[in-house]
Amino acid sequence: MSYKEKIARRAAREIEYGNLINLGIGIPTLISGYLNPEDGICIHSENGILGMGRAVQLAEADRNLIDAGGVYVDVESGAAFFDSAVSFALIRSGRLDITFLGALEVSAQGDLANWIIPGKLTPGIGGGMELAQKAKRVIVTMTHTDRNGNPKIVPNCLLPLTARGCVNMIISDLAVIAVDSGRLVLRELAEGVSVSEVVSKTAASLHIPDTELPTF
Amino acid sequence: MISKVCDLTTAMAHLRSGQTVMVGGFGSPGTPFTLIEGLLAQGANNLDLVKTDANEGGMGISRLIEAKRVKKIIISHLGLNSVVIGMKNRQEVEVEFYPQGILAEKIRAGGAGLIAILTDIGIDTIIRENKQVVELDGREALVELALRADVALIHAAIADRAGNLVYAKTSQNFNPLMAMAADRVIVEAERVVEIGELSPDAIHTPGAFVDHVVELGTLSSAYEVLKHHVL
Repeated sequence: MSYKEKIARRAAREIEYGNLINLGIGIPTLISGYLNPEDGICIHSENGILGMGRAVQLAEADRNLIDAGGVYVDVESGAAFFDSAVSFALIRSGRLDITFLGALEVSAQGDLANWIIPGKLTPGIGGGMELAQKAKRVIVTMTHTDRNGNPKIVPNCLLPLTARGCVNMIISDLAVIAVDSGRLVLRELAEGVSVSEVVSKTAASLHIPDTELPTF
Repeated sequence: MISKVCDLTTAMAHLRSGQTVMVGGFGSPGTPFTLIEGLLAQGANNLDLVKTDANEGGMGISRLIEAKRVKKIIISHLGLNSVVIGMKNRQEVEVEFYPQGILAEKIRAGGAGLIAILTDIGIDTIIRENKQVVELDGREALVELALRADVALIHAAIADRAGNLVYAKTSQNFNPLMAMAADRVIVEAERVVEIGELSPDAIHTPGAFVDHVVELGTLSSAYEVLKHHVL
């Protein structure tokens, strides 16, 4: 199992019965593979779907039915389609239980930066700002460090923010970290990963509980 | 009710260089590819385009941008279009970004006869820069002006001759909002039916917002499933 699948599998355990969730592009998309129909979970897609299903093969692809990343999907029984104003009314009014997003940086206070690297990466804002600012829980799924091995969990974000103080939990290839009352608390370790490895690859200070940490 | 059905050339003859044009669609679904081709052929340039994304290189509004017919794009996301990102970085096209739902709401406000909306989205970010901030009930809000266009280009699954519209699945997206927010609304419809054939309950956009309906007939290859987006 790839590290992305491991992150997605662990992230899926955060979803409770009947939750309304949104899955961002990248690792979050994989989470749908770990959900069961009997869990009563409803997936929102910002291009206008409640009750989104899974990615489909070419033979089943409908030219009018994609997710927010452009991938052809199907829908669950009881799904609804709507326009972009309705879709974001749902987001901004706080109806999403969880949004899963990627990140470039997360700060010790739960600030999120994931939309721009000035002068380098400027794809635009998309729906990320509204999702990050207004979902009841924001869970970041990401690699613990960037391509060059630099920590992405930092004392303060250097990149322009997506939203301030919005992140509740980080699930990386190394650890599960909760943002709890303005501090970062190590909750779980990935299989085969030590506390010292997580600490050495995290630039922000990390609270380590005295108890033995579960693995995922 | 009068018939609004006309051919592509007649409909596109209303566009002028320098106008602001809204274009429906989120990715491919709902993108009026045929009207965009008509605009390319028609020759208007120096356009400001409003769309939530820039399609992909060689497709949809990217063809207008690549042909240097566009001065500015008002948009939420360019992520799938490296061609336009490159043009933006070389300052060959001006890009104005908004959070996607705020772009939708600015357009809805324009269509609803409002002057502006107030929002806290982005209040702690760089998008606050150069925007008017007001305080209401002890909370800060950004003033986002309503957005209108000279022309909106809309894709519908079905239209009747009076311009009542029905959209399909995720091709709805920005289409019903833009169909209310322009001085002239041009619709391409996959199927045109007689007045009275659509159930009044089923109509997404009432015909009063629509000026011209172009029937598509057989769909071009632009509308096909994009194989590189199938997992």
